[in-house]
Amino acid sequence: MPAPIRLRELIRTIRTARTQAEEREMIQKECAAIRSSFREEDNTYRCRNVAKLLYMHMLGYPAHFGQLECLKLIASQKFTDKRIGYLGAMLLLDERQDVHLLMTNCIKNDLNHSTQYVQGLALCTLGCMGSSEMCRDLAGEVEKLLKTSNSYLRKKAALCAVHVIRKVPELMEMFLPATKNLLSEKNHGVLHTSVVLLTEMCERSPDMLAHFRKNEKLVPQLVRILKNLIMSGYSPEHDVSGISDPFLQVRILRLLRILGKSDDDSSEAMNDILAQVATNTETSKNVGNAILYETVLTIMDIKSESGLRVLAINILGRFLLNNDKNIRYVALTSLLKTVQTDHNAVQRHRSTIVDCLKDLDVSIKRRAMELSFALVNGNNIRGMMKELLYFLDSCDPEFKADCASGVFLAAEKYAPSKRWHIDTIMRVLTTAGSYVRDDSVPNLIQLITNSVEMHAYTVQRLYKALLDDISQQPLVQVASWCIGEYGDLLVSGQCEEEEPIQVTEDEVLDVLEGLLVSNLSAAVTRGYSLTAIMKLSTRFSGVNRIKKVVSIYGSSIDVELQQRAVEYNALFKKYDHMRPALLERMPIMEKSASNGPTEIVQTNGETEPSVVDSKHPPPVSQPANQANDLLDLLGGNDVVPVIQTTVPTKPASAGGELLDLLGDLSLSGVPTPAPSVATSQPSFLLDGLSSQPLFNDIAAAAIPPMTAYNKNGLKIDFTFERANPNPNVAVITIHASNSTEADMTDFVFQAAVPKTFQLQLLSPSSNVVPALNQGTVTQVIRVLNPQKLRMRIKLTYTLKGSPVQDLAEVNNFPPQSWQ
Amino acid sequence: MMRFLLLFSRQGKLRLQKWFTPLTDREKKKVIRDVMALVLARPPRSCNFLHWRDIKVVYKRYASLYFCTGLEDQDNELLTLEVLHRYVELLDKYFGNVCELDIIFNFEKAYYILDEFLMGGEVLETSKVAVSVSMENADTLQETMEEYMNRPAF
Repeated sequence: MPAPIRLRELIRTIRTARTQAEEREMIQKECAAIRSSFREEDNTYRCRNVAKLLYMHMLGYPAHFGQLECLKLIASQKFTDKRIGYLGAMLLLDERQDVHLLMTNCIKNDLNHSTQYVQGLALCTLGCMGSSEMCRDLAGEVEKLLKTSNSYLRKKAALCAVHVIRKVPELMEMFLPATKNLLSEKNHGVLHTSVVLLTEMCERSPDMLAHFRKNEKLVPQLVRILKNLIMSGYSPEHDVSGISDPFLQVRILRLLRILGKSDDDSSEAMNDILAQVATNTETSKNVGNAILYETVLTIMDIKSESGLRVLAINILGRFLLNNDKNIRYVALTSLLKTVQTDHNAVQRHRSTIVDCLKDLDVSIKRRAMELSFALVNGNNIRGMMKELLYFLDSCDPEFKADCASGVFLAAEKYAPSKRWHIDTIMRVLTTAGSYVRDDSVPNLIQLITNSVEMHAYTVQRLYKALLDDISQQPLVQVASWCIGEYGDLLVSGQCEEEEPIQVTEDEVLDVLEGLLVSNLSAAVTRGYSLTAIMKLSTRFSGVNRIKKVVSIYGSSIDVELQQRAVEYNALFKKYDHMRPALLERMPIMEKSASNGPTEIVQTNGETEPSVVDSKHPPPVSQPANQANDLLDLLGGNDVVPVIQTTVPTKPASAGGELLDLLGDLSLSGVPTPAPSVATSQPSFLLDGLSSQPLFNDIAAAAIPPMTAYNKNGLKIDFTFERANPNPNVAVITIHASNSTEADMTDFVFQAAVPKTFQLQLLSPSSNVVPALNQGTVTQVIRVLNPQKLRMRIKLTYTLKGSPVQDLAEVNNFPPQSWQ
Repeated sequence: MMRFLLLFSRQGKLRLQKWFTPLTDREKKKVIRDVMALVLARPPRSCNFLHWRDIKVVYKRYASLYFCTGLEDQDNELLTLEVLHRYVELLDKYFGNVCELDIIFNFEKAYYILDEFLMGGEVLETSKVAVSVSMENADTLQETMEEYMNRPAF
């Protein structure tokens, strides 16, 4: 049998193949030759054959028949054989196959070989692909080598130990004694791998972490090594662009991060060195920036002093302005990690971050988008949204869905006004309509329903949008729904917010019917438009056209449309008397939070138990100081509610604050004849109602709820009930929710109304408003209200340790609340 | 730690693959296919980092070869660029003005150099000199044996 061809020759031959088929043929031929050679158990050429096999394996061809041959090579005495054998083992074998266990004995022997390079091979193989069983068997050998004075072996043993620990965490204890002197080595290879080993141990076990902090005094040692690296002169062996051993520096910084996290003493011990590294590192090359990056990450994670943190954020700010894309990318990623904890500091760089939205690089754009959404708050919402909408217009399709969702979420949390909110959503639907999430349509409809005063404006804008373009389905669906609901407002030209357009009923029906027949409309959209047409039958004067449309679709091929049309037809024919009731305006829908933990808004019923007990006026159930405030607001027991001519005999102390609060409230409206009022007004309210159940059932509020206050993350919604027995009393439940990331404690809500009303404030459900909309505080207000209700509210709470106080006027009570 | 290290050409030919986590052959092939597609699709002046699954992919192009590695969350991307650069420098020192052909015809040497520089996904030796010395000594060991046996290395 002729000698097998050499590796180089094979490679050369295969590269001359012009087609895949030719290559396959050559490979098959050679594989056959190799197989027969293996069968002959030829020791001389085994390593040559395995080498060739590895080459073919890299090209993607199967090579499993060489696995046992690798094992034979490993067992050979020749270094060349072992080298190729171990390489083959690493490439062809994996721990899923039992074959690999056969290696264990060889490795064990080689770990004790006289030649360090053979030992090195064994350590390397074990450290790269050793399975848990192998690790268990050989951990003892590795531990022995970890204590050797041979630095070549020691560094390999350290990384091998890392692998063993990753595979079999229980063996960690075993390596502990050997780590004692690792850091006193001079050899950088050993130092580096030791730091990696210590990092692995500290990450995996809190006990180890504590041990290294306290007993071993690891932090000072690391600080010393780092200092030497920085201060030492030029060392040609470890120098990279003027910096001494950046790999070691970065690993030390990373270990310091783990040691300093949540530990004051350790953090303090490393403050100086971190400041030194942060200020002295040369930033002209990538190397320096790599070290700075790691330093910043460490500073942000440990309990560093504020000066250091500011330094870190400023470094990130400088990174953002760097020409190098990689550095900008890294800055954006780090800022994203820190934006929760150091929100204000990151806000300072907002304009730079927003500029990154215009970067050409896809990775940078994505990070900038995520960060921009994290930075949106009540103060910058308008400016940010402008930028984000511009981004939405011009970005690649892969971003549009995420951007649209982000815009919706941000708009929902921070919308400064209903009109702005609706405008923003319309903008998104018109520019990126096909990319929005499925639930955006019902969410938007809900939002529109709830903004009662915007109905005319909304339907007008949607109608105009429909005239322009009917291809974006979510927009079309929302528009048809609105036209169906508020078509009467549309044709009557009632819009307050902008110039009302002249639209006739026929034009509206034209548009809706156009949707039904258009090829661009999805089946769902057609359903929406048919229903909208039907609803207009109670809102428009001319019903015949609608009847015709409905009857035509009674024979539609689309089953859904057909069913709807048939039912609507029946409505016209047999149940015409029910039609108005069925098709009347939709009531307000209960809103559930769309972001974060869903918290269904507490309905009045839930607060009942707590309120039943505290029927007494506030002074009794609330702490004394609160009682005084409330007395101030309400003028105590002596306030005469209604008759204007009588001067109220208020205690002097109450006067100041009361006047402050109510001074500006213009008391419009004629007071109706006061109910025969007893001297003590709180008990009057009580007397009338004490025997009644306090609240109605929640048949959907006939009075729509409203948002009374929404600022700095605190949002107060009012929901209304009519106390049944006395329709002159409106029961308002306030729901306070908090979208910031910290709880609001000591939350106190106070309200004052003009003298023409009487108001009673019952005790709140709690005085802590949990963060991130995780819960609401509710409180019940009862108002005796003959006319248009206005209220001034005062809020006090503590957020992140600092007290906050705010006054606001609430004017947007829905008309039904005082009729 | 690094999860893998791949070297491939612009035409999508794999020149070196080092895996630091256990994966089946099928999984490996999938990773190679996906990562190669992502990296080769990048425009020339893009940033060297991208996100794939839960891995940060760092890649750098040197002449006709892409050096590409997958990192875990804690790893420093900028430093990894230095790691890739160091590997290229080591190859350059060993082969003398290394080019893709050197790596094709001497792939096993490229692996040996890699194994002196990295292990288990971490940097093993930070000194260029030390790695070169180890390679020289190991090669001498090989030659000596071969001379002794009077046979050519494969």
